[in-house]
Amino acid sequence: MIYREAGQYKTTYLNDSQIFPIAQDRYAVAALLLIAFIAIPLFATPYFFSAILIPFLIFSLAALGLNILTGYAGQISLGTAAFMAVGAFASYNFMLRVPGMPILVAFILGGICAAMVGILFGLPSLRIRGFYLAASTLATQFFVVWCLTKVPWFTNNSASGVITAQQIEILGFAFNTPARKYLLVLTIVAVLALLAKNMVRSTVGRSWMAVRDMDVAAEVIGFRIVRTKLTAFAVSSFYCGVAGALFAFCYLGTVEPEAYNLDLSFRILFMVIIGGLGSILGSFLGAGFIVLLPVVLSVIVHFTGMPNSVTSNVELMVFGAMIIFFLIVEPHGLARLWQIGKDKLRLWPFPH
Amino acid sequence: MKLTLLKALTVSAVAAASAVTSTLATAQEQFVPILSYRVGLYASGGSGFFGGAIDYFNLVNANGGINGVKISWEECETEYNASRGVECYERLKKKNGGASLVEPLGTGIAYGILDRVGVDKVPMTTLGYGRSDAANGQVFPYVFPLITSYWNQAAGMIKYLGDKAGGMDKLKGKKIVHLYHDSAFGKEPFPVLEAYEKSLGFQLIKIPVAHPGTEQNSQWLQIRQANPDYVILWGWGVMNAVAIKTAARNGFPREKMLGVWWAGSEEDVIPAGDAAKGYTTMTFNTPGSYPVIEEIKKKVYAAGKGNLADKDRIGSVYHMRGVTAAMLWVEGIRNAQNKYGKGKVVTGEQIRWGLENLNVDEKRQRELGALNMFPTIKTSCQDHEGSGAVKVQVWDGKAWKAVTPNWVQGDRAMIQKMVAESSAKYAAEKKITPACLPG
Repeated sequence: MIYREAGQYKTTYLNDSQIFPIAQDRYAVAALLLIAFIAIPLFATPYFFSAILIPFLIFSLAALGLNILTGYAGQISLGTAAFMAVGAFASYNFMLRVPGMPILVAFILGGICAAMVGILFGLPSLRIRGFYLAASTLATQFFVVWCLTKVPWFTNNSASGVITAQQIEILGFAFNTPARKYLLVLTIVAVLALLAKNMVRSTVGRSWMAVRDMDVAAEVIGFRIVRTKLTAFAVSSFYCGVAGALFAFCYLGTVEPEAYNLDLSFRILFMVIIGGLGSILGSFLGAGFIVLLPVVLSVIVHFTGMPNSVTSNVELMVFGAMIIFFLIVEPHGLARLWQIGKDKLRLWPFPH
Repeated sequence: MKLTLLKALTVSAVAAASAVTSTLATAQEQFVPILSYRVGLYASGGSGFFGGAIDYFNLVNANGGINGVKISWEECETEYNASRGVECYERLKKKNGGASLVEPLGTGIAYGILDRVGVDKVPMTTLGYGRSDAANGQVFPYVFPLITSYWNQAAGMIKYLGDKAGGMDKLKGKKIVHLYHDSAFGKEPFPVLEAYEKSLGFQLIKIPVAHPGTEQNSQWLQIRQANPDYVILWGWGVMNAVAIKTAARNGFPREKMLGVWWAGSEEDVIPAGDAAKGYTTMTFNTPGSYPVIEEIKKKVYAAGKGNLADKDRIGSVYHMRGVTAAMLWVEGIRNAQNKYGKGKVVTGEQIRWGLENLNVDEKRQRELGALNMFPTIKTSCQDHEGSGAVKVQVWDGKAWKAVTPNWVQGDRAMIQKMVAESSAKYAAEKKITPACLPG
């Protein structure tokens, strides 16, 4: 009843091609952004910023990156964490070695380095597909982490390969409290998410989807496979690289290459699968699920009074069970669930 | 679907509410967050270590607390994962009047909260791992790599091998293989070993093993060809048992193998079976029986409050390490109480002072029922480690036995110089002016 588009007429092409064609959606997103940018910084506690919201946003960005590659372009990748590592270590080195380097530029350059590595390791995708491609992206994962521990230059000759991210300062303003870091991360994620949303609605995105659905057919109708696949790798790696840099600079502070291990790649892949392949919203939902649910579970299980050796295991079991449950109920992810809910709501209370 | 979600939300809201009430009830206790890991790959180490720490807390509480102040704690499962660990730390740091101190027992988590502990004024101990250069308290005021670090351990190893060969100069011309886990952890001792290689004139052969290290035939073939005098095993997890077994298969004497302390627990050698007999490793606890462990058995386990499910693990390497850690924390808190008010709950800032001015000599160790269980410790602003001494233990097929009757000390002056250089570099990168914090 409330959620319906009756009476909203599209009279121009511009109107018709909006991101959110329904007015209620636009208000809701505007409200969400207002809450995220104004209400949360006013009311949230430092715990919320530094333990929940910042990692949630950073993982969302990484999941978004992987979703571009896997969800939109159909190329399975197990190297997400490696691209994040490239972004982080590249940004660190730009900050370290170029005097007066602005941090935002360092993030972008870090992302570009990750994009180049992405293109390089995306080359096999021109020949191989599916599980075989997954195995070859696995090589990225091992190679990058190995390379970062092996070559001391990347870590400024630190004996153990550990880097310490520099302080963040933009135009003399220091981002040193959890709330400020949150705002910085939120801004970057919001801008990049908007970019991604527009990209997948444009020619580039459509070419990715064409290749995903059937690359031979896409080639026949005139898409250049090489360019399409490699742009997907580049854009995806760029997003992952920026996420990795934020992970180091705004979240952990001091990182070893091991922080970007295969485990992290898998976690991000799970976020994409659970959130929904080929959906921007799904990246956020999936990250929320994987990051927040264990925390909520551990808080709940903690107050049942069981000894900790038991609660740790219960937590894991419930988490696993919930993943299976969600995948059975809706194999297309939480984003699809949201979509179904919306469709039902449009007809409510008079379904056919 | 929506109902289940709603239910979950209600339950969590109720849980959160009850969390608030339980906080109020225990405000007068000294609160220690326990960032433990009891699931996942490293659960055996985590459950032993944190079980030991909790057992000692229970013992202190059973004996009336620290000058009457009881210790309270709350566990949070980190799964040895950096972001889970950071979340746990953030969740618990302000709870119950604030965290006294923190010990994550994981390199990744320790790095993740390294910058935060200084801001939050919560001291962090890293017993036997983490940044070696954090021993400089002028640059890392809130980090305490108590007892000994990787660098001192590596120095201790060379000292032990030198003594075994009949003098440090006898190492000249010898071949030493450094078989290491190919990660930050395995590379940490490089600077020390390389410095010794230059000054003592032995040949150092570095052979990496990729994680997880379940297949080491090529590495051991290389070792066989090199025919070294000693092999340093800087490994962890499954890699250790595999290395011992492969050594046996290649006929390399286990007596010539010297493991790092993360390769020196019951969990590392029992899977290797008989092959592990005679295998030696470093340790910072003397294996054996101590009054404090007996007291834990009597007062904690007999009362049904013991933390380990398997009573055979009482006094095992990881358990004893946990007891040692908790003992030093409690000494730090006691120290802080002596300065800032006996019988009062002290803050993290005050405990930092307590840990920086620890003096656990043999007399104090005897009072604690732990004479010679760990090296004597005397910390200062310049030296957050307090000791740097290590011991060598050997596996006789059933239990660990100490090889060196006394504590082994490497070239401390050299290590201190390296610590100073490395921490100065960190300070320059972070724009920190090194200084001691006032008490």
